[in-house]
Amino acid sequence: MTRLAVPKTYKLYIGGKFPRSESGRVYEIRSHGGGFLANAAQASRKDARDAVVAARSALGGWAGATAYNRGQVLYRIAELLEGRRVQFIDEIVQTEGVTPNAASAQVDEAIDRWVWYAGWADKYVQVAGNANPVSGPYFNISVPEPTGVVAIIAPQSGGSLLGLVSAVAPALVAGNTVVVVANETMPLSAVSLGEVLATSDVPGGVVNILTGSPAEMAPWLASHADVNAIDLVGAGDLDWVNLQIDAAETLTRVLQPENGPDAASPSLARIVAFTETKTIWHTKGLI
Amino acid sequence: MTSSQLAMARLNTGERALALLGGEATDANLRRYLHGIPGIDAVGLEQRAADLGSRSVKTSSKKWALDKIISLIDLTTLEGADTPGKVRSLVGKALTPDPGDPACPRVAAVCVYGDLVPIAVEALGSAHAAGTDTGVNVAAVATAFPSGRASLAVKLADVGDAVAGGADEIDMVIDRGAFLSGRFGQVYDEIVAVKEACKRADGSFAHLKVILETGELNTYDNVRRASWLAILAGGDFIKTSTGKMVPAATLPVTLSMLEVVRDWKRLTGARVGVKPAGGIRTSKDAIKYVVTVAETVGEEWLTPSLFRFGASSLLNDVLMQRQKMTTGHYSGPDYVTID
Repeated sequence: MTRLAVPKTYKLYIGGKFPRSESGRVYEIRSHGGGFLANAAQASRKDARDAVVAARSALGGWAGATAYNRGQVLYRIAELLEGRRVQFIDEIVQTEGVTPNAASAQVDEAIDRWVWYAGWADKYVQVAGNANPVSGPYFNISVPEPTGVVAIIAPQSGGSLLGLVSAVAPALVAGNTVVVVANETMPLSAVSLGEVLATSDVPGGVVNILTGSPAEMAPWLASHADVNAIDLVGAGDLDWVNLQIDAAETLTRVLQPENGPDAASPSLARIVAFTETKTIWHTKGLI
Repeated sequence: MTSSQLAMARLNTGERALALLGGEATDANLRRYLHGIPGIDAVGLEQRAADLGSRSVKTSSKKWALDKIISLIDLTTLEGADTPGKVRSLVGKALTPDPGDPACPRVAAVCVYGDLVPIAVEALGSAHAAGTDTGVNVAAVATAFPSGRASLAVKLADVGDAVAGGADEIDMVIDRGAFLSGRFGQVYDEIVAVKEACKRADGSFAHLKVILETGELNTYDNVRRASWLAILAGGDFIKTSTGKMVPAATLPVTLSMLEVVRDWKRLTGARVGVKPAGGIRTSKDAIKYVVTVAETVGEEWLTPSLFRFGASSLLNDVLMQRQKMTTGHYSGPDYVTID
């Protein structure tokens, strides 16, 4: 018996919900061979603005959670990714045109990377923070704190899931909230990751996923006064010099584009890049 | 004006009510009159409000609307934790909403509890409008706000205090308990008495805004009746809510009140103000109200003496939208004051 195909129209992931684009636009996701796969929402600048509002309101809770708790929540995402292996592999094979083995390897690496970053949540402060030497009867301590709302242009080439995870996970570790513009031509992994996040313990608004054109949204995110940092890792093909200039207008921290298969490779530096160092002094006991 | 309007205009408030009610403002007469008002088509009202809320207001119209909204705001702080310092900073914000842009208009008034009126008046100094068109007015909530549960003597003392302190406008609450149990005469008499208590030593009157607390009135018909009652009794403004309970101001409720105000003008030629308060937090919402006012009673109502927004957090959102229009990029809460 033949069945009618059920073509899907995916939505955005903003504030823990799945809204359509405010603009009502969608665009077609094509398989590597050029066949129709599904429709994705084409986010507009207003969706980006709404995502920033959601990220800002989620910041207090996420940054205020204990580091141990954040680590557990992030680890739980890796567990859920593991449970959806088959779906991710299938989507990667379809959109990227790679072999199932290569897709499987990519999913493995993405999950491993997520676990690796989750482990850093209650450890990076010990490495990036410091007790400063002083010549007086008090302590002087520097601790990293989350920067705030981080906008990310996800890598637009290479593995669609691995690139996204490599960019999003390190920003979450320190307690930042994220607005990420997914891979434009291969957004299926991002959409599925949104579904994973929605059923995980990550509070709504901590990760917001926009599908659509980075060229359209990046300038609005870069110049947005309520975005504290922007990761241009996947913005290599855009006019990223001007994005940096726009970002500087409102003192937004910027990470530069990276190209090639090693883009956003795992490192402590990517975690620390989205932190601000707070230095405080404290009295010693009067003994 | 038509001849019947002219005849109405010659009467004072009490005589006008007498003429319309066909007798004294007793429970029976008021009930006959208020229950004789045609009922509201709730579905139609909500549909009309939703329709008015769907207008697209962009670019120069939006800029005009944002400035207009600022000039119509009663910047409000009504917390148990209010201090003189907080009122002074509120006044600072009322006078200079956006320190980065001197062209930004001032708000219409600051709205505080009665005991803080002298602080607000002092902080305003020469910028105190005192009922004139230039500067910022001081509004005070009175009559045992927000519940209104106190004896008439206490309520009148509350009003007298605020007026003596220098309040230009009094926001009173009606006795919802009396209204809902049909004691319209009592509500009417209270409003009349409060209006009398608004009289200053020099014989002039502080503006009286009558809070209906529509969230407690349950039906649109009740809102319409309470609006008529407040206007008959001599209220200068009818105000939706205290902001202390949910639901506060909604677009359909405000629309129905605006319709009463429109009908009152047709009947008597007199203009009564409307003030939605509570729950209006975004520029988008506020613009819907501006559209509704212009479409229901006309653009002439978009002036501080006839329309106000009771709000506190709305101003910040309007300022951020305004900054977005000036700078071309989205602004953030770091660029407006915390209050």
